[in-house]
Amino acid sequence: MDTPVIRFRNAWKTYPMAGETVEALKGVDVEIGAGEFVAIMGPSGSGKSTLMHVAGLLDTLTTGVYELEGEDVSAISKTRRADIRNRKIGFIFQSFNLLSRCSALENVELPMLYHRPPVPDWKEKAMEALRIVGMQSRSAHLPTQLSGGQQQRVAIARALVNQPALIMADEPTGNLDTHTGQEIMNVLQSLQKQGITIVLVTHDPEVGQKAHRRIWLRDGRIAQNEAN
Amino acid sequence: MNIWWTVIRLAVRALLAYKVRSLLTMLGIIIGIGSVIVMISVGRGANASIQDQIHSLGSNMLMVFSGSTKSGGVRAGYGTKPTLDIGDADVIARDCPAVLEVSHVTVQSDQIVAGKKNWGAKVLGTTETYTAVRDWPLMAGEFLTHPQVRSAANVAVLGSSIYDNLFEPGEEAVGRTIRIKNVPFRVIGILSPKGRTPSGQDQDDAVFIPHTTMERKIAGHRLPGMVHFILVSAQTGELVDEAKREVEELLRQRHRIAPGSDDDFTVRTLDEYADMAGKTTDIMTYLLTAVAAISLLVGGIGIMNIMLVSVTERTREIGIRIAVGARESDVLIQFLIEAMVISIVGGILGTILGVAASKIIAQVAGWLTIVSIDSILLATIFSAIVGIFFGFYPARKAAGMDPILALRHE
Repeated sequence: MDTPVIRFRNAWKTYPMAGETVEALKGVDVEIGAGEFVAIMGPSGSGKSTLMHVAGLLDTLTTGVYELEGEDVSAISKTRRADIRNRKIGFIFQSFNLLSRCSALENVELPMLYHRPPVPDWKEKAMEALRIVGMQSRSAHLPTQLSGGQQQRVAIARALVNQPALIMADEPTGNLDTHTGQEIMNVLQSLQKQGITIVLVTHDPEVGQKAHRRIWLRDGRIAQNEAN
Repeated sequence: MNIWWTVIRLAVRALLAYKVRSLLTMLGIIIGIGSVIVMISVGRGANASIQDQIHSLGSNMLMVFSGSTKSGGVRAGYGTKPTLDIGDADVIARDCPAVLEVSHVTVQSDQIVAGKKNWGAKVLGTTETYTAVRDWPLMAGEFLTHPQVRSAANVAVLGSSIYDNLFEPGEEAVGRTIRIKNVPFRVIGILSPKGRTPSGQDQDDAVFIPHTTMERKIAGHRLPGMVHFILVSAQTGELVDEAKREVEELLRQRHRIAPGSDDDFTVRTLDEYADMAGKTTDIMTYLLTAVAAISLLVGGIGIMNIMLVSVTERTREIGIRIAVGARESDVLIQFLIEAMVISIVGGILGTILGVAASKIIAQVAGWLTIVSIDSILLATIFSAIVGIFFGFYPARKAAGMDPILALRHE
C-alpha cells in the first residue's frame, strides 16, 4: 500500500481555556491515503476543526505523532511548517478569505510569492490555475466584484496553484446556495480525479455524502468511519 | 517581475488604500527631515560666512599678542602686560624666512575732529606695511609711506566709516586736515570698507597714522617702543604654520624665556580663529539639529501607532498569508517595508521641503544656507532607520500572530 498522505497516531491536543484544560483531541488514530476524498464530520466541539488545523500544520499536537506523506511533522519548526503548508497543502475556507485589495489573479499568485525557490513562470501558473476553475476571464476582478461562488473558485485556484498533495476544505459550501455549493463540490471532485487528496470538514451530512469516506468525530475521538 | 518588486508594490497599495491616514502619518517624518535639513544648511551657511570673514582679516596672517600677566596664579587676558616692542617686529621681519611682511600696531581711542564735525574712534599707530599684511586696498589716495613713518609725519589714512561720519557723501577728503588731540593731520588716503570682524567690531571705524607720530605726539605717556600687537604675513598659505613656529622660537630667544617656562606672548593664525569659530557654530548646529531630530522621533512614534492600528485591522489578511505559507520573516518584512515606504517617502518629501525652505530662508533673511548632498543622504538614511526602528514592533506583532485566531478575526 502507498504511504498515506495523513497519518495520526494517538493524537492528543489540549489547550487551556478560561483556567481549565480543554481536551480537543483524545487519542485520534486516522489514516488518509493519497487521492482520497474524505469528509471529517461531527458537531461543533467534536474536535474536527482542531484536527483540520493540525493536519493543515496551522497547529501542533500536544502529544502523539502526525505524519504527512510519511514524514513526521509533529515537532518541526514554525518555518518548516510554513514551507510545507506552502508546497503541500491548499486551504479553502467557508468565508473564502481572499485579499480584498488584490485582484483574482493576484490572490492566486499569493502562495507563489512565498514559494522557495521562486517559481519561474508564476504569472502563467496563476492564469492556468484560474483556467482550471473557469475564472480566467475574471482575473482582473477584485473579490467584491465577484459572486460568492466565483470567489470560492478563485480560492480553489489559490489552493491548487502550488500543486499541493492535499487540499483542506473547511465548510467550503457553507456560505453558498445549494446550486452554487453543488458546483463547488463538482470542482473539488474533478480535482480529486486528478489525484489531489481532498479533506473536507463539514457538519452538513448532505455535503459529506459527496465524499468517498466519512470520519465522524465526537468529543475528540473517532466515533465512526464509513465508506461509500 | 521580481518578488521584491511585488512586495513593495503591495505595500504601496496598502498605503494608498488609506491616503489621508498615510499622509498624516508621513507628516511627522516630513517635518522632522525637513527641519533637520534646514538646520544643517543654516548652520553650514553660518559657519561658511564666519570662515569667510575670518580669512578676510588678512592674507596668510598671524597675530602676535603680548602675553598675559601672571601673578600668584591670577592670569589676566592677552595684551594686559606689554611685552612686545618694535624691535621684536623688526627682528621677525629680518630673521624669519617664512615671513613676508611684518607690521605692528598700537591702539588708543580719541576724538577726531574735521571742521565742525567730530567723531570718537580708534587711532592706530602703525607702519607702511599694514595694508599689505591685512590685504586691504585703498578707496582713494594712498597709504602711509616709509619716509612718512620714519619722519613721524602728521598724515592720516581714514577708515571708510570715519569718512562717512566726518565728511558729506562724495566730499573730497584727501588733502583735508583733521585733528586728533588738537594735533593737525593731513588726510592722505581712505581705505575701502572691510566690514566687521567676526566678533562684531567695525574695522572701518579707525584712523591710521604713523606709529612714530603716535608715540611722539598723541600717546605721550605710553612706554616708548612698546606695541599692542604685531601682524605678520607668511610667504604662502602653506608656510603659515612654519612662520608661526619661527616667530615663536625667535621671540622666546629675544625675551629670554627659559625652556619649560610659559611664553609671555601668543601667536595665533587665522586658521586657529576659524577653528574656534567653527567649533562655536558646530555646537549651535548640533543643538538645532538635535531639536529637529526630536521631531523625527515623534514622527517615528506616529508611524508605530498607525502601523499597530493597521496590523490589527489586517489581522485576517495576515492569517491568510500565514495559511498559504508565509514564514514569520515574510510577514515581518512585509510590514517593515510598509513602515519604511511611509518613512522614506516622508523623508523624500521632507528633503524637498527642507531644501525649498533653505532657499526661501536664504532669499528672505539673506542668510547664507548650504544644502549639501551628505545632509540629504543623511536625512534619507535616517528616515529609513526611523521606519525600521518604529516599524519593527508592529511588524513583530503581525509576524507572531496565531493563524487560527487571525483567520477567525472579523
